[in-house]
Amino acid sequence: MPTIDLETASLRDLNQALHSLGRDEGGELWEILNPRGSHAVAVGVDAPLEISVHGSVGYYCGGMNQQASITVHGSAGPGVAENMMSGSVVIKGNASQYAGATSRGGLLVIEGNASSRCGISMKGADIVVKGDIGHMSAFMAQSGNLVVLGDAGDALGDSLYEARLFVRGSVKSLGADCIEKEMRPEHIELLGNLLSKAGVTDVKPEEFTRYGSARKLYNFDVDNADAY
Amino acid sequence: MCGIVGLFLKDRELEPQLGRMLSEMLVIMTDRGPDSAGMAIYGDAADGKVKITVQSADPETDFAGLEDSLKAVLGDDVSVAPNNTHAVITVDEAAMEAARNLLAENHPTLRIMSVGEAIEIYKEAGLPASVVQRFGLSGMSGTHGVGHTRMATESAVTTMGAHPFSTGADQCLVHNGSLSNHNNLRRELARDGMHFETENDSEVAAAYLTAEMKKGKNLGAALESALSDLDGFFTFVVGTKNGFGVVRDAIACKPAVMAETDRYVAFGSEYRALAGLPGIEEARVWEPEPATVYFWEHQ
Repeated sequence: MPTIDLETASLRDLNQALHSLGRDEGGELWEILNPRGSHAVAVGVDAPLEISVHGSVGYYCGGMNQQASITVHGSAGPGVAENMMSGSVVIKGNASQYAGATSRGGLLVIEGNASSRCGISMKGADIVVKGDIGHMSAFMAQSGNLVVLGDAGDALGDSLYEARLFVRGSVKSLGADCIEKEMRPEHIELLGNLLSKAGVTDVKPEEFTRYGSARKLYNFDVDNADAY
Repeated sequence: MCGIVGLFLKDRELEPQLGRMLSEMLVIMTDRGPDSAGMAIYGDAADGKVKITVQSADPETDFAGLEDSLKAVLGDDVSVAPNNTHAVITVDEAAMEAARNLLAENHPTLRIMSVGEAIEIYKEAGLPASVVQRFGLSGMSGTHGVGHTRMATESAVTTMGAHPFSTGADQCLVHNGSLSNHNNLRRELARDGMHFETENDSEVAAAYLTAEMKKGKNLGAALESALSDLDGFFTFVVGTKNGFGVVRDAIACKPAVMAETDRYVAFGSEYRALAGLPGIEEARVWEPEPATVYFWEHQ
């Protein structure tokens, strides 16, 4: 069980050690101590590891993650799990802005609140936020699922493509071209699976409202020419 | 980029450590702004006295004989305490205008950093650690303070372009972001009698708040008006004699983290800046909401 203390080791030492592992080397639990808000903790990992970070991290923790299961016992700065490809990132505290930005795969769980632009331009990942999310979340989100157990801020899903948004609480306002949609049986099933993957057992999928794209911005409408 | 730190003490026992705590926070923010750094410290207010903090490019020449030259006109109740490129001139409140006029006429190479009962501003180009060291900021005590590490975007890297900006007695502002309507606003404020030292957008924000407070608004109300009148990106931390305020624009893309315990309220551009504060593990840590004014005042 490797332990890296960022009080004494440099961030470069940590990430280099993680990057030098082969893609199939795994199973180990890596403990990271004293991050004290450091940037880029455990970025670009591509091995099936368990990584446990004890404390709060700064920008881009777990960015570009593949395969690894990263848990942060603290809060995360901007851009946590940005461009994640697979694996999982779990934040026990809160996450700052653009959590899971452009993430392509894997699961991001935020046990507290996420700030603005959560899931911006997400492209296939699953993001589950147990608290609230801030304004402009899921802006131009392309695919994947954003699940919010609390409330959403202003302009949710502005210019949304095909990502699915599930919100249990209130939505302050919807962004352009984002609309409420019917919860069909396949959505209940999908959401049930996502909740169980995120370890949520006390909330039912039926409690959520689904939002998605009205698909009116997909093609240029000549009636809007004056707007440009 | 740019880095901001701020500390408002609730526990008076921490006051002797204000400079040290704020300096450590400032140096951690070096990689957000290595061009220049500055700090406003509120402390040592004496009844009936005003402190004028001045800066000189040639302190040896400018500060030699400065006290005598001021005393010759203002009387004996003047003191000058040089500190590297800066000096704190203390005068009777009643002599403040006369002292300012005298400085402008007879000592045009001195640049005024701040004026007020409690405020002292120290700022220079260079790495934050060297700015902290040259002024001995770590040893200063006070009730509250704000600091800034600058990565210049809107105007040149000079002492006067560094933050904090002070445009009114005991007021200061630090800014992370960029304003897009500052030229227009500068013209309007200049027409109303505000004076500008630089082409910097943040100085306009400071002057705007000063002008709003001159109309009778308190800091909170002035910050509320800023939300509708200032266009652009901003996270501001603002100091007044008794208070400390924070506001972010509605988009809120410039980072901000705050922490509060029963001993202090702290602001950092990043959590890193707060990580060394006493009791941070138990503090309430949160991200200030967009377009929301926060302020604290000593009674």
